[in-house]
Amino acid sequence: MSYPSDYKYTKEHEWIKADGKNATIGITHHAQESLGDIVFVELPKSGTEISVGKTFGSVESVKAVSDLYAPASGTVTDVNGDLATAPEKINKDAHGAWMIKVTLKDPNELNGLLSAADYEKFVAEEGG
Amino acid sequence: MGAKMVEFNGWDMPVEYPSAGGIIAEHNAVRNSVGIFDVSHMGDIRLQGPQALAAVQHISMNDASRLAIGQAQYSALLYPQGTFVDDVIVHRLGEDDYLLVINAGTREKDFNWVRDNTRQFDCKVENLSDNFTQIAIQGPKGVHLLQKLTEANLSAVKFYWVTRGTICGLKNILIARTGYTAEDGFEIYVPAEEDTSAMVWKNVLEAGKEFGVVPCGLGARNTLRLEGNLSLYGHEISDTINVLEARLDRFCKMEKPDFIGRSALEKATFAGLKRTLVGLEMIERGIARDGYKVLDDSGREIGYVTSGSYAPFLKKNIALAYVPPEFGNVGSTVKVEIRGQGARAQVVTTPFYKRPKKSA
Repeated sequence: MSYPSDYKYTKEHEWIKADGKNATIGITHHAQESLGDIVFVELPKSGTEISVGKTFGSVESVKAVSDLYAPASGTVTDVNGDLATAPEKINKDAHGAWMIKVTLKDPNELNGLLSAADYEKFVAEEGG
Repeated sequence: MGAKMVEFNGWDMPVEYPSAGGIIAEHNAVRNSVGIFDVSHMGDIRLQGPQALAAVQHISMNDASRLAIGQAQYSALLYPQGTFVDDVIVHRLGEDDYLLVINAGTREKDFNWVRDNTRQFDCKVENLSDNFTQIAIQGPKGVHLLQKLTEANLSAVKFYWVTRGTICGLKNILIARTGYTAEDGFEIYVPAEEDTSAMVWKNVLEAGKEFGVVPCGLGARNTLRLEGNLSLYGHEISDTINVLEARLDRFCKMEKPDFIGRSALEKATFAGLKRTLVGLEMIERGIARDGYKVLDDSGREIGYVTSGSYAPFLKKNIALAYVPPEFGNVGSTVKVEIRGQGARAQVVTTPFYKRPKKSA
């Protein structure tokens, strides 16, 4: 699996794609593979403030509930409504199935995140 | 086989087989076609001897005297308080020959319980759990799959009956038309030697290719049994839950000679129930999971979820839960506390799923 090089990644297996102050967030291919069939996604409403490192929602597979951790701080501007009725889209294409769009509070927060290459290495080392 | 493994009661068990498509694909394969499970973790206790029936009758709540040779029944072993040691399938293999198939997590406890509570009867009690590999072949195509591997006439075996046959060259293999999926299917008991059981598994997989057979793990096993309202020890039944609360009294024959737990259940019948097991279907968004609290409309805690999940065939979020009897009527609404919020659910009839009736 090649991880898009224009995305940044967290150790909690989220990805973020930023364009200035506008960012899109989702979970990685590795995350959906570990979870198995995703059957439920809980996402914040537009207007919600999310804080870097804090949970902003959850994703559920048949067997387990997993929290989603914010890669960066900001305000939610858009939520992917498809995922409420078709959460399996994340399994089919995790890097394309975005969850939320945010206006970033501080784009510099992304400097601390992993590049695609670093994330791939991290996943390999995790033994995943 | 590329399975995702997990620890379950001291066993390394596959949760799902990603190459098979995962839990949802495995689940639906069993409902639509056929799936196979290695259920060797289950335990087996054999009672043989002139008083084997009396021994079984003493420890098991269902009436084993109704069993013809070759017939099986669902039952449970009870403590004197009328609560569960374990649930069990009792098979009558011969004149004075009974096989109890019990759960993995309770193997030792069950065997000790059976042995200790049947000493007064003239019968031999053997723990055969390590002697068998049990493979379950479940789904509407299960009978066609297994028929390819044995000369025994499977169409003559009714549901909850057993036969013996040669499978993959192994003679006299016990074949039971039983299962834990709420589908038609078989469970076969082959010798536990690794080479032997691996060979049988391989042959079963091969024979099933034309039917689209899917190897299934614990994840699908749980969602399948949940849709069919089949109890899981430690969840719907346990040593603190009694037969009446668990709504398994139809398998409990109070009119038969005395058995362990009978007098406690008689008293409980008169005393009235404090709680009852109900089926729930989520009305509002959210998945009710094991252990989640059940609340009334005002948010007061009234019970808890014993088992809950997304149901892959029904495509709904369902659960089993203990609630006070006044909330137990079909149509009642309750709330399930999901991550701090109450989500509405409705009490529904169980089982959630019933396999379509077929002629023969």
